[in-house]
Amino acid sequence: MKTSRGRLRASSLVVTAVALALVAAACGSSSSKSKGSSATTGASSSLPSATLNGSGSTFQQPYDQAAIQAFTQQHPGVTINYAGGGSGKGQTDLQGKLVDFAGTDALPKPADLPKYTGGALLYFPFVAAPITVSYNVSGLDKLQLSADTIAKIFERQIKTWNDPAIKADNPGVSLPSTSITVVHRSDSSGTTNNFTTYLKKAAPTVWTLGADKTVNWPSDTQAGNGNPGVANAVKATNGAIGYIDYSDAKASGLKFASVKNAAGKFVAPSLDATSAALQTATINPDLSYDPINAPGDASYAITSPTWIMVSKNQTDHAKGTVLKAFLTFVLSSDGQNLAATADFAKLPSNMLSKAQAQLNQIVVP
Amino acid sequence: MSTDLRPRPQAPAPHKLSETPNPSGAHSDRAFRYLALGGGLVVFVVLALIAWSTTKEAWPAFTSEGISFVTSTTWDPAHGKFGALALIYGTFVTSAIALVFAVPVSFGIALFVTEVAPGWVRRPVVYVVDLLATIPSVVFGLWGIAVLGRAVPGFYENVASFFAPIPVVGTLLSGDPISGASFMTAGLILALMIIPIVTSIAREVFATVPSEQKEAAYGLGATRWEMIRGAMFPYARSGLVAGTMIGLGRALGETIAVALVVGANARVTPKLFSNGNTMAAIIANEFGEATGTHRAALIGLGVLLFVITIVIGIFARWIVSRSAHDVSTGAVR
Repeated sequence: MKTSRGRLRASSLVVTAVALALVAAACGSSSSKSKGSSATTGASSSLPSATLNGSGSTFQQPYDQAAIQAFTQQHPGVTINYAGGGSGKGQTDLQGKLVDFAGTDALPKPADLPKYTGGALLYFPFVAAPITVSYNVSGLDKLQLSADTIAKIFERQIKTWNDPAIKADNPGVSLPSTSITVVHRSDSSGTTNNFTTYLKKAAPTVWTLGADKTVNWPSDTQAGNGNPGVANAVKATNGAIGYIDYSDAKASGLKFASVKNAAGKFVAPSLDATSAALQTATINPDLSYDPINAPGDASYAITSPTWIMVSKNQTDHAKGTVLKAFLTFVLSSDGQNLAATADFAKLPSNMLSKAQAQLNQIVVP
Repeated sequence: MSTDLRPRPQAPAPHKLSETPNPSGAHSDRAFRYLALGGGLVVFVVLALIAWSTTKEAWPAFTSEGISFVTSTTWDPAHGKFGALALIYGTFVTSAIALVFAVPVSFGIALFVTEVAPGWVRRPVVYVVDLLATIPSVVFGLWGIAVLGRAVPGFYENVASFFAPIPVVGTLLSGDPISGASFMTAGLILALMIIPIVTSIAREVFATVPSEQKEAAYGLGATRWEMIRGAMFPYARSGLVAGTMIGLGRALGETIAVALVVGANARVTPKLFSNGNTMAAIIANEFGEATGTHRAALIGLGVLLFVITIVIGIFARWIVSRSAHDVSTGAVR
């Protein structure tokens, strides 16, 4: 019938048009990509066009996105995607050469190094940030905690806010008798890893739960999904305490406890205190370092390191050149000054110069 | 036996492919047969590949844990201990809670729609229930954690204090401590998610009960409920069991919604208002950061879930075939 065939043709045209529109929209959108716009100021790029892919730590992701955006604006032919997904995913992806660089909060164990099919690895430190011990207790504006007290709270040996151990850390402060609600992460996380590593290091006789990205917390605790999830859970309950990374804790408006560092001083989490901790940390030849429970009066005790890992021997000229240029930017004064805007601390000069020197070890064909 | 002696027409000889007068038809027949066979084989091959590759990835965890992988309740990655029993328990408990709440509600909706409701009510009810099935599971999870999880602790406290003196039920309906994110909350969310599936299958099955059976029951003087119980349920039993098993399968594997509301605490406890964990939820929560044996253990959980789902599927088919057989041999209870 003419009308039914006409109708069929019309509807198939509509379907094709809708499909084409969807495809065009998908190609044109930029979700996690950062593409340099053509109408940017700045010098014309001398870099080859290339697309770099990275994945891994979500802890460093806010800084990575800021750096990618700034870098790709200067170099319009370059596209860099950072997919997040967790340090474990980043490591697995780099092992299989699915990405060009991996963000990780903890370096691979020696037993895992043979799995990296791209060969030897280089670790680049570039920023760091504190992990806060955030709390929500009505009427309590300032709180000081030592490592042993934090360990006992999170192990549920201390159950109320007016416990003698907390009183001993806060002389002269009146503490309510509210019961403590402990909030931890439900998902595996580098933040958990660094927090528990700190407790293992600073309170070895008290902390028994070990140090890992996932820990067997006591059963009368609450869990939140991701740093924002923990922040929401702490905010929702009076008497709650949890460990949250600095930028999410700031965003949630929670108060932070001042933590007693290795020198015996109670230091509040801040970017300056983080830089102080980085400055006193020992840097190994492969640029691994441990700022947790760092010495020095001004150091913040729970400082989280993070690295970008790349294969030493690059296989693609364009990608290798762009990768080296991107890392150079991150370690330049422009890149380092971006850190504060994303609530990260930049590297101290001794660490920075070592990282910049390591850039020369990247072999580009 | 008739006494008609007229010669009867012979039945035509069965068609053999080689004798067919239409050779292209025979080719397309053969092509279709191979295509269908190939399609079936591809499914088999993919399943086998999934089973083989996941077991291979999980092997380091199996060898390091041995049988304690399924018998130990301690899941402690920091100390290298991976015992899945608490997670298997959590998966079954949340699915059981979901079935307990969803099955009566679904059967009730299905009976209402097929037997009780007038036509103008039937269509909107069916439409709304089917709409529930289209909601993505992550939306259920977010609603669960933002709304339900916040609202229920007070309700749980009241229920727990009411049932406290009763021996078995009192222990089940208590918490250690009572938490908004718990087995019960996860079970309730799962129930909401499987109601549409079970309802639509039950609805179809009830609609196929022949009216002669129903009228016969009425003719014998049955009330409506007696008719439903005596004529409809036995006839529909295999279909209802199949629908329940499909709902159970969905509840066993549900990941994101459960991961957000179950409480992330792997343990075996009869107190359903306490926080717990399930296999699918712990895989979703921990896989992104897992390396080495931890990652292998999570993949091992996937293998376990795969095996459990297959076993439940076989069990379900067996029950369904038994119920169907009973009906076909005319047993009416």
